[in-house]
Amino acid sequence: MTDLISMVVAKYNFWIYITLMMIGLYAIIAKNNLVKKIVGMNIFQTAIILFYVSISVKKGATIPILEHGHGPDAHHVVHAADYINPLPHVLMLTAIVVGVATLGVALALAIKVYDNYGTLEEDEILAQIREK
Amino acid sequence: MSEQYPALLVVVPLLSALVVSIAGWVNKRLCFPIAVAALGVAAWSAVGLLLRVLDKGVIVYKLGGWSPPMGIAYYIDYLNGLVLPVVAIVAFINLIANKKAVEQQFPDKIGPFYTLYLLMVTGLLGIVVTGDAFNLYVLLEIAALTGYGLLAMGEERAPLATLNYLYMGTIGACFYLLGVGYLYIVTGSLNMVDIARLLPPLYQSKAVLAAFIICMVGVWLKMAFFPLHAWLPNAYTYANSAASSLIAPLVTKVMIYVMIRLILTVFTPEFVFTTLALSNAVVWLAVIAIVMGAVLALAERNLKKMLTYIVVAEVGYMVGGAWLGNRDGMTGAILHIVNDALMTLCVFMVVGNIVYKVKGYAFEDLKGLFRKMPFTMGALVIGAMSIIGVPPTCGFFSKWYLIVGAISAGHYGFMAALIFSSMVSVVLFFRVFEICYFEPFADHHGHDNHPGGMDEAPVSMVVPLLIVAVILILVGLYTGDIVNHVIQFAIPETMV
Amino acid sequence: MKIIGLIITFLTGALLFYAADDFPAWSDPASPASTYLSPHFIEKTMEETSVPNIVTAVLADYRGFDTMFETAVIFSAGVVCFFLLRISRREEEEPETRSYRHVLTGVTIQLKEGHKMPPSADFERIDSMWTPPDLIIKTGCRLMIPFVQLFALYVIAHGHHSPGGGFQGGVILGASFILLAISHDPTTAVRRTSEKLIGILCAVGVLIYAGTGALCLLLKLNFLDYSALAGILHVDPITARSHGILIVEIGVGIAVLATMIWIYNNISSAGRYRQGL
Repeated sequence: MTDLISMVVAKYNFWIYITLMMIGLYAIIAKNNLVKKIVGMNIFQTAIILFYVSISVKKGATIPILEHGHGPDAHHVVHAADYINPLPHVLMLTAIVVGVATLGVALALAIKVYDNYGTLEEDEILAQIREK
Repeated sequence: MSEQYPALLVVVPLLSALVVSIAGWVNKRLCFPIAVAALGVAAWSAVGLLLRVLDKGVIVYKLGGWSPPMGIAYYIDYLNGLVLPVVAIVAFINLIANKKAVEQQFPDKIGPFYTLYLLMVTGLLGIVVTGDAFNLYVLLEIAALTGYGLLAMGEERAPLATLNYLYMGTIGACFYLLGVGYLYIVTGSLNMVDIARLLPPLYQSKAVLAAFIICMVGVWLKMAFFPLHAWLPNAYTYANSAASSLIAPLVTKVMIYVMIRLILTVFTPEFVFTTLALSNAVVWLAVIAIVMGAVLALAERNLKKMLTYIVVAEVGYMVGGAWLGNRDGMTGAILHIVNDALMTLCVFMVVGNIVYKVKGYAFEDLKGLFRKMPFTMGALVIGAMSIIGVPPTCGFFSKWYLIVGAISAGHYGFMAALIFSSMVSVVLFFRVFEICYFEPFADHHGHDNHPGGMDEAPVSMVVPLLIVAVILILVGLYTGDIVNHVIQFAIPETMV
Repeated sequence: MKIIGLIITFLTGALLFYAADDFPAWSDPASPASTYLSPHFIEKTMEETSVPNIVTAVLADYRGFDTMFETAVIFSAGVVCFFLLRISRREEEEPETRSYRHVLTGVTIQLKEGHKMPPSADFERIDSMWTPPDLIIKTGCRLMIPFVQLFALYVIAHGHHSPGGGFQGGVILGASFILLAISHDPTTAVRRTSEKLIGILCAVGVLIYAGTGALCLLLKLNFLDYSALAGILHVDPITARSHGILIVEIGVGIAVLATMIWIYNNISSAGRYRQGL
């Protein structure tokens, strides 16, 4: 039992983000309204971004910007353990932009669907298609 | 200059996409020539790269001057050396053939169309040539977003079909990203060759198993492998003909390349086929994909939708062949990437010609087309022979390797599915030929303008189509060379 | 559909939880991710690129190729929104009644279909959903927008020394224009930023990035190897890397600015550039 609790406590960031991802995934699959699906997609992508960023944390380390880089104290030795891992942050800058771009394209498509069918509920649209 | 081919391959289409975008605002007539020149350079670099790989072996190109794993590196070996010219040449031929169709369908948005076209080709070429797992995700998203934009302009049902494709495609890409994240957590690296070096001690770890499964499911979503295929028929059918004849041949094949790259280079075949025991299940899924694709194609009364179900079945061939786990099956799968791209290009270009002239693609619109459009129908005959698997077209040889691989793996269900789908393709295409050949042309206006005459599509659309049909036969005749000089070295020696 | 969704979500979640068991604990400094590549980045960035902000250095130099494609992604999203939604003047359907408003007195005129109005500076065309912008909001935003833009330029320029960079600054700049569109009406914002200029600016931004890389290619080094710029800028190769990073960040900022405005204009007006939020 203590083993389970220690496992949960040691990695609780992963549990939280995986739960968030699954909420987003459920919204994409199960919701009827097209915009709710888009919101679910956004939740899914954001949870993955948070997941990656949580990988970069190190105990007792500060943000990866060197102070006094170009000053009178320049050329002092840099210890890697003092700064958090910058690579996941870099990767997630890219992923955030990709998420925004996908959101823009999805909304443009939703506007076109609304122009054609007059509704955003998927079952009503399918009913209209079947009638034609 | 020839050391810079890997960079030219991706940078020239990207730069020209930006120039075409500006030209679209300033002077529309410049867009097409710039696009043709860019794809010509890309095709020439791709062929040059293949020749260099055949000459010197594996090429590593360091971007920004940083060696991997610090920076991003391109990694070109026999596998992507073979796929790169296919992608570049298919895109080039398709661009030239669809000039008139684009001018007919989007007269005032020519600039954005060619921009998206070039960006999509950049994304696809980049996916094939890169050696970095995260770079692959970014390029995947470029290809996906531009694909959504290109596919959404079409008939009335196109935006909804593309929106469904967007949902499934984004889930697939996010799963792939999650898989790369898991690999990064346990190895600390993003470069494919580097990960392959760091993984063997970790093969028993649960995280690596989950990373593999998630990456595979993500890639399967993007290639429309059963049961995740529901988006493909609608998305490809209702799009405009220029976009669907670019995307249908290329996107699923490039995803199959990604899957084979993950199996062969990142998670080596020892892990995939020995440590995991999933191969049998996946091959049975492929069998269901092939059978279902063939049967659903039979139910369609619409030429374009029938062809999209054939694409679903072809994906089943390649996934099943790759997962058989032996050399012949993998050879068949890699050869089928090349062949299927060409076959699908041929038949979708035929549909493009038909739509340009007749404005419809249901079976009722196809009556009497053998008399009216003989060259287009001739190309359709060759494409159909290739899909059925008749020698000397290329489709026969890749099916042959897949069947040999199935027999040596003892998987008779897969072999039966391949033969079944060939027979169903015979029925499908002969049904089409019967309608096109024997029934008289029903003119929609009630009077016959050209009784017994020819009303073929313009020359700029017919000549590229005939070139592709000839290439289908040539690739079939040179299969031995391709297999012995290229594919044989793409597969590691450990696979039997 | 809901049951299928629940089953899929539970299976996927179970797989992910099962795998997370093998992960290193949170904030463990000895995890493979923290001990393999990142020490090189943290310790060597200053001497290899002379940029104190390690994230910017990795983003724009070590993994600059990724960032170029990321800029291309946001550019292609702008092009897709334009391609899908924009309805040109010729195709736009004329509404049944057109409304004009006399600017000084506020009197509205409605013209039925077919009747024409001579162009005049005293009358402005409004749509059926036009509401007068609130004076307090209009004036407040008009005062704030220059400071927002100044801050955005600061963020772009200081990407080397503090958190910031091209993307962040570009988004803030784009937001300032969107603030103009929201607080006034969209036609005011569209009049200030002509569509052709925004479309060209978008491509120019990405062209600066890719062009810098191609310039390095022409100077006989690999693509995006900024030390090739040392000859042109007359500095040593390490400082050339720092300057190269600044140039590409400016390109990124311009591209993101233009795309944000473009996407907002197209989506909020559904391509018609007349009505809007």
